[in-house]
Amino acid sequence: MTIRVNDTEVPAPDDARISLLDLLREHLHLTGTKKGCDQGACGACTVLLDGNRVLSCLTLAVQAEGREVRTIEGFAGATGELHVLQRAFVEQDGLQCGYCTPGQICSAIAMAEELRRGEPSYVTPDIAAGPATVTREEIRERMSGNLCRCGAHNGIVEAIEVMLAETAA
Amino acid sequence: MTPLHYVRAGDRADALARVSSGARCLGGGTNLVDLLRQNVEQASELVDVSRLDGAIRERDGGGLFIDAAVTNAVLAAHPLVRRRYPVLARALLAGASAQIRNMATVGGNILQRTRCMYFYDVDGARCNKRQPGAGCDAREGFNRYHAILGASDQCVATHPSDMCVALAMLDAVVHLSGPSGDRAVPLADFHVLPGATPQVETVLHPGELITGVELPPPSDAVVRSDYRKVRDRSSYAFALVSVAGGLAVADGRVREARIALGGVAAKPWRARRAEAALVGVAPHPEAFLAAIREELADARPLSGNGFKIGLVERTAVAVLTTLAGARA
Repeated sequence: MTIRVNDTEVPAPDDARISLLDLLREHLHLTGTKKGCDQGACGACTVLLDGNRVLSCLTLAVQAEGREVRTIEGFAGATGELHVLQRAFVEQDGLQCGYCTPGQICSAIAMAEELRRGEPSYVTPDIAAGPATVTREEIRERMSGNLCRCGAHNGIVEAIEVMLAETAA
Repeated sequence: MTPLHYVRAGDRADALARVSSGARCLGGGTNLVDLLRQNVEQASELVDVSRLDGAIRERDGGGLFIDAAVTNAVLAAHPLVRRRYPVLARALLAGASAQIRNMATVGGNILQRTRCMYFYDVDGARCNKRQPGAGCDAREGFNRYHAILGASDQCVATHPSDMCVALAMLDAVVHLSGPSGDRAVPLADFHVLPGATPQVETVLHPGELITGVELPPPSDAVVRSDYRKVRDRSSYAFALVSVAGGLAVADGRVREARIALGGVAAKPWRARRAEAALVGVAPHPEAFLAAIREELADARPLSGNGFKIGLVERTAVAVLTTLAGARA
């Protein structure tokens, strides 16, 4: 069995202890995905697994067998043009040091899908109806699993608002 | 992490056979992988049960049966959960982060272990739960996050789950399968208080597997229910305290009250004393406060968590007052 990483099949490791994060960084040399805390507290290692955002540090690589992983390296277009959210991060100053940025971008792209499906968050007033409008409070709650120690959160929220506006149009 | 063998369960029978021979169940891994990496736990074999059936089925009469492998995210997003059991959807969404909720399973959430930092500190702290008889460094240590109800001299840890607080409030039933057959245990009885054996956290027998959780049809107090969590930051943190509440009012009197508390004990704390005190009274903040004070009469705060008593009081009154539609 293999793991499909950014449209390429790669073999799963023999040692079950290897995390998906270490497989990506140390074995496949896809170093865009970052190791922050390595214990599920910071979100820097966020990748998409079958389209859902997950923490690659707490995922054993063998658990991804037969599944599709998308990392920050897998979002630019065929000719290298940036994803709308990558461009928005640059334009809205969604980063300072940039270490949390790959995780933020993977996380927010998946978050947009969750919003499109009408899923509620903890701060959604009517949990049955889902979010009526995507407020900043909604974005902050939904992105709370991605910490930014530089404090670029205002720019991050603004970049996400740009993406949501552009993809809704 | 010590070397281990990983195998994906083909079906439930396969999983059961492996658990019976000593394998540890791996769900989403959000707790167990961390515990293994930090050497709090050791395992020689992991059986991955996260790809077993993950269905949410409606039962006759309006209840739900939730397979153990359903993720927290899928459960929180389910239309019937959101409409009939709002307290459960809100509690799930209060837990962890979106990434972790996409990974974590219902079975694993129930079996997750305390986040007491002394339990995690293998090299630096004594812990009776990790090493029975070693002592407890939390009791006289930094115990802001620890228990005020049902603790013992041996252990003051809390159960970290939000989902389980809602399940306790809902009279959910945990379904188990094991070498000697199937059985069902109310969630409120599934976790046990530490007493002299804090290493024993649940009534799960060796070789048993959680197969699912059953929710009874929602009563009026469940349809009108909510969950509020208070933490040191506004999101992505474990609870200082939390309150799952449900209220049914008829003719100006409380007909049914349901209350469960999180962050206060080694198990989700069903506040049956407070519930009983509320039946038949007018739904006013003063009555809610009196009832929750009855529940907390046996609270024994530690050096650093006495604030939890007032915090539980105010949070419970706020939740119930909002549900009653009254002004705080």
